[in-house]
Amino acid sequence: MSVELDVFVGNTTIMDQEVYQLWLSGYTVGDAVKVRMDGGVLDGCDASAEVLRSDTMDQFRTFQMCERLLHNPAKLANQLLFQIPPDRQAMLIDRYYAFDDAFVREVLGKKLSKGTKKDLDDVSSKTGILLKSCRRQFDNFKRVFKVVEELKGPLVENIRQHLLLSDRLARDYAAIVFFANHRFETGKKKLQYLTFQDFAFCAGELISHWTVGAMDNQLEDMDVDLDKEFLQDLKELKVLITDKDLLDQHKSLVCTALRSKTKVFAEMEASFKNLSRGLINIAAKLTNTKDVRDLFIDLVEKFIEPCRSDRWVTIDVNLYLTHYINSAHILDTFKHQAVWNSLWDELFKMLTDIQHVTVCFLVKMGMVASGASAAAEGTRATAASSEEPVPVHPTQFTTSISFSFRDMLNVGCRAWPHSG
Amino acid sequence: MPGKLKAKIVAGRHLPVMDRASDLTDAFVEVKFGNTTFKTDVFPKSLNPQWNSEWFKFEVDDEDLQDEPLQITVLDHDTYSANDAIGKVYIDIDPLLSSEAATVISGWFPIYDTIHGIRGEINVLVKVDLFNDLNRFRQSSCGVRFFCTTSIPLCYRAVVVHGFVEELVVNEDPEYQWIDRIRTPRASNEARQRLISLMSGELQRKIGLKVLEMGGNAVVGYLQCFDLEGESGLVVRAIGTACTLEKLSGGGATNNAQHTANSSPSKDMKESPKACMSGCRSSHSSPVHGAASRLAQSFSVSYPTLLFSGMGSGGSAGKEAGPLKILLRQQTQTALEQREFPFFTLTSFPQGFLLHVAGVVSARSVKLLDRIHNPDEPETRDAWWEELRQEIKSHARALGCHAVVGYSESTSICEEVCILSASGTAAVLNCRFLQDGCLDVLSEHRCDDSAPPGCGFCHVPYDELNMPFPAQLSPCCCCHRTKVPDVLFTTIDLPTDAQVTGKGCLIQARLCRLKKKSQGEGNATCISNLLPFLEYELHTQLLNKLKLCGMNALFGLCIQISVGENMLVGLASATGVYLSALPSPGGIQIAGKTPNDLTYDQHVSSIQRKINDTIVKNRELYEIHITEVAEDVIGSPIPEPRQRSRLFRSHSESSDELSELDLSHGKKDAFVLEIDDTDAVEDLHSLLTDAPTPPGFYSCNTEIMPGIYNWTSAIQMFTSVRVFRLNNANLTNLGLNKIFNELCENLLKSLYFKLRSMVPCCLCRLNFTVAVPEDELIQVAVTAVAMSFHKDQTQEANKAAQAHSQMKAIAETEEQLQFPLELNAESASPLSPKGSGPQDGSNSHGRAPSVDYSSFADRCSSWIEQLRLRAHTIRRGSIKTSSSPLPEGRSRSLRSTRSFPGSSVSVVKMTPLSFIPGAKIVKYLGIINMFFIRETTSLREEGGVSGFLHAFIAEVFAMVRAHVAALGGNAVVSYSMKECVFMENPNKNQAQCLINVSGDAVIFTRESDQEGHLPQTSHPQPTEDTPP
Repeated sequence: MSVELDVFVGNTTIMDQEVYQLWLSGYTVGDAVKVRMDGGVLDGCDASAEVLRSDTMDQFRTFQMCERLLHNPAKLANQLLFQIPPDRQAMLIDRYYAFDDAFVREVLGKKLSKGTKKDLDDVSSKTGILLKSCRRQFDNFKRVFKVVEELKGPLVENIRQHLLLSDRLARDYAAIVFFANHRFETGKKKLQYLTFQDFAFCAGELISHWTVGAMDNQLEDMDVDLDKEFLQDLKELKVLITDKDLLDQHKSLVCTALRSKTKVFAEMEASFKNLSRGLINIAAKLTNTKDVRDLFIDLVEKFIEPCRSDRWVTIDVNLYLTHYINSAHILDTFKHQAVWNSLWDELFKMLTDIQHVTVCFLVKMGMVASGASAAAEGTRATAASSEEPVPVHPTQFTTSISFSFRDMLNVGCRAWPHSG
Repeated sequence: MPGKLKAKIVAGRHLPVMDRASDLTDAFVEVKFGNTTFKTDVFPKSLNPQWNSEWFKFEVDDEDLQDEPLQITVLDHDTYSANDAIGKVYIDIDPLLSSEAATVISGWFPIYDTIHGIRGEINVLVKVDLFNDLNRFRQSSCGVRFFCTTSIPLCYRAVVVHGFVEELVVNEDPEYQWIDRIRTPRASNEARQRLISLMSGELQRKIGLKVLEMGGNAVVGYLQCFDLEGESGLVVRAIGTACTLEKLSGGGATNNAQHTANSSPSKDMKESPKACMSGCRSSHSSPVHGAASRLAQSFSVSYPTLLFSGMGSGGSAGKEAGPLKILLRQQTQTALEQREFPFFTLTSFPQGFLLHVAGVVSARSVKLLDRIHNPDEPETRDAWWEELRQEIKSHARALGCHAVVGYSESTSICEEVCILSASGTAAVLNCRFLQDGCLDVLSEHRCDDSAPPGCGFCHVPYDELNMPFPAQLSPCCCCHRTKVPDVLFTTIDLPTDAQVTGKGCLIQARLCRLKKKSQGEGNATCISNLLPFLEYELHTQLLNKLKLCGMNALFGLCIQISVGENMLVGLASATGVYLSALPSPGGIQIAGKTPNDLTYDQHVSSIQRKINDTIVKNRELYEIHITEVAEDVIGSPIPEPRQRSRLFRSHSESSDELSELDLSHGKKDAFVLEIDDTDAVEDLHSLLTDAPTPPGFYSCNTEIMPGIYNWTSAIQMFTSVRVFRLNNANLTNLGLNKIFNELCENLLKSLYFKLRSMVPCCLCRLNFTVAVPEDELIQVAVTAVAMSFHKDQTQEANKAAQAHSQMKAIAETEEQLQFPLELNAESASPLSPKGSGPQDGSNSHGRAPSVDYSSFADRCSSWIEQLRLRAHTIRRGSIKTSSSPLPEGRSRSLRSTRSFPGSSVSVVKMTPLSFIPGAKIVKYLGIINMFFIRETTSLREEGGVSGFLHAFIAEVFAMVRAHVAALGGNAVVSYSMKECVFMENPNKNQAQCLINVSGDAVIFTRESDQEGHLPQTSHPQPTEDTPP
């Protein structure tokens, strides 16, 4: 005796959010039934595990049939097969495109190719996220990438419109697409302390200031590609470190401004040339794709780590960079070359971005420092205070908290012992 | 008589990729009607083609308009090889042929292919120009309206109810033709779909002709069925009730209508104090029709509860009645006797129509199928049904009734054996509705009986000494004046004015019987020998379960018997209620065969205790609080001497007449069930294993659930199908029964679990269908609607508990649709729903954040619906009033804004009920009657049998919704899935399924924006009716 066939179809498609989440997490029907049982669905119902199994099967089947539509969310709204209320549709789409931060951290900046997909089982065992779920998330990245690849106009807006995603998800996907496109290196050990949201913030900054779309709004071109011309122009900054006079002049300007404003003034003065060289070299090399990829690792190695070893705090870095940029502005060379002014403004914008980015990175570092001297211990602290890496139990619905830059700054300041 | 059919192909979307190389499709469309075909241009390289074709015009006879569907085929153009078909759409033109139904069909239709299912959608516009002379239609039957609803449709009034119409057409099944050997299954399935569509059209036309002959203008309770007789052919048959309907609509006419609607029921109630009651009578005849010989068997079965004994006492009942009644009856009788079959497929009636209800009459016969030689003269099939109907008619006569209501017919086919079944409820009707002019005669004879309304139809019209058949009668518990029977079984819905105590519940009797595998005549004989036992046991089970629930009447009784190769499966479903007028049911008495054995006695008494506890619990559950007489029954399980004798008496009587069938119950003192007996153990088992419905759930198989009236607008229609494989070849009857019982119980449990978010809710019109598709398979399909209601209010109402007022409230809600004034009031405030929408949302959230997400969503969509509708009605209005091309353009634009990609699809509700809670049906757009076949040769890849069927049912729903939306409707009422034939061949990785669905497409509007959102403020109409 066995049930050979068992289906339930409602005129309005019945979907249980909890079961949907289990399905998305890649559970098999059997495991999902177990999780549901443990979750106590049957409490108060006069129903057996068999009933639960049948219900789970039905819903999994429904989701499978919906999946085809979810690949093209616009279709979901005007398909006829399933009658789903609009708010439910939005829920389906958002959850389908939601991803685990632990997972995205693993593939961020990697080429969304078949090769990467083959390595997903490693990612799966590393993160504890089931392979099926990894595949879905990876395919989502790839799908979004493909959709916006050829589109013109602002990236986030494109994603929101074509995939009907929420603002937050659209922003995150923009970051993923941007990183994948430039293949930024994010996997190095030194970058491990950074969460996806940290990178997403950086991506947001870069998209809004460094890309072709950002440079020329009239052009209505892609947001994905960095502005080549701009990168070329960055080479001009080299004068700041190659011209001995300028370098000295710059240093004295910065030092004058900083004197008595910070406790680490001595260290700043001592390392000015090193840091300046580091920053300007990174900027000047960005015409090479390879160096673009290494942007973040370079920033950490050439700027953040020296700062950290000198025990700077976030405010110090912020101050230093602000004055570094302002002073460069008033350097004589630039003053007299009015023609260049607009260009330099832009270059400084880049530096400001770098400032933002580095500060962002430093905030993280700051936490490390605040935790203790031992870096390892600190990393754990970072992990705990940031949002996710602990694989979340799939039954509770993961809602990631969106960090704004300012929030992070605040958190960082509070965590920093010397800042008060 | 030509009419002009015009079709325009606008666009397609979501088409499948037909050209792998380019990932695109070069689509074009063939539009075919009759023998004429038009083609659109090829729209190259697009999955969202915009054909925007010219108007294709077909000049055709209106006969063809009725018979033929419009066939739309979407193809992929291929320069070198044959064009590939993407899929098809069949559009039934019938709704456009009546001036009162839809005026245009326009919308996105799913493109359907029997192998691939839905493959994209196509936007089509269809119109019909008929040259306005209504008389012209008399030639064919254009303009006759069809309704699946088994009551008078809500915005109509029945002027005359003419009576029974039936017709059947036969054809060869394309699947069994010689050509099937060389063509693909796909081609043959398509041929089948086309043929059945054609046959349905023809059938409707023929029935329409009969209606016109009778002077009617509509068929209500239209029931169309297919018999897939395999090699012997394909039969499409239909029955219905011809009526003359009058639309209730604005202006002076409505005042009139309202007047009649208001005044007549009260009169009628006074007119109908008398009812004659009998039990059930079923007969079963099985003239086995073979090629060589003809053997005929015939016998009658009466059940223990049946108060009717013997046969052939037809027509005697009338004589005992008083002179007035005789007169009344004679009038009606003459009105009815003009008809061959005084049958009515309706299950609920205008007030005053139904005078007496007498009990269930049913007849079955077993036939051997043979080839239909001449499809144009389907004499054998006609004769078979004629025989059966005659039998039903004579049963009704024997019960002293001249009419049969709630009449239905069904078949079950296995190989070449076919069981034909017909059943209904014998009743006495008021002739007022049957004939014009009767009204005046009747008013003279208005009787002055002051019996309270609500118990009248249960009253027995004759005095105890002079009964036409031995029955257990007792004084009516409502008025104490006349006698009533102790149990009442019917196939109809609960009359709206009936007095009910507490709530109702679904009662099912389930039974399997093994049968030897055999062939031909032997098989037929074997089946016809088994049938009466099966029916008898189903009946006993029903009665016991009814008593266990503490109830005394069954409504909506439907007994299905399905035949398989090696078993017979019987499933009887009904809704049990406690009619206040009928006496309280006695307890169930257990007795052992060896009364002196002590341990045995203990065993017996423990079972007895269990049963008594269950009865008490059930009374609590269904809120059956009985005063006076009832108490001693609950108090003492052992009946008082009087009751005891009664139980015994009815029992012994039955065993007398059943002596040739079943002696197992024997003649013992004061017992009902004897547990030594295997049958009794079985009965007991099934009695006690039925799980009660979980808290917050109620269930019934009728339209109305007594005791619940404050529905929310949250409804969820669903279909669930299960197939069970019996692996064990050596099953006993007992084991088989247990399995079948569990299958049904588990299915119900699953439903309750699935719908737990809708609690408190009621599963209404639970319609079970059983089939035995293969040797060891049992298939159960359920279609029902879950409707949630406001809990707090029910409780309150229970305390105030006047069952009568509750029932009245329901009647009121239904009736309300007949007051057009409210309609106007509502359309006058078009903006109010919008304003209140968000507020409603917050309210419902504040009240119960944990539950009922769906109802909230439902509400939101409901006012969207409303707004949409408004736009829609405006458009419709403009089309009707002027025929200039201008409004047409306007309508197009309005419509297209709705259906262009990006905008969401309009919501279409589906329900097996004839109404939508909290809404008014403002227009019936036409009948939906669709037939689909789906097949696969990659069963595993499509998710196995479950995946395959799940997708198919979802597709069927989608196609029904699309057709309704295209007619301009937003709901299907009286929806039913009449056929779901599933066949599989897992070894070949193949499966095939046929589904036939039907219903009425309607437009509804929400009653008002404040409707039932705040529990405190939203005591809707019932408050007015609650007595102080």
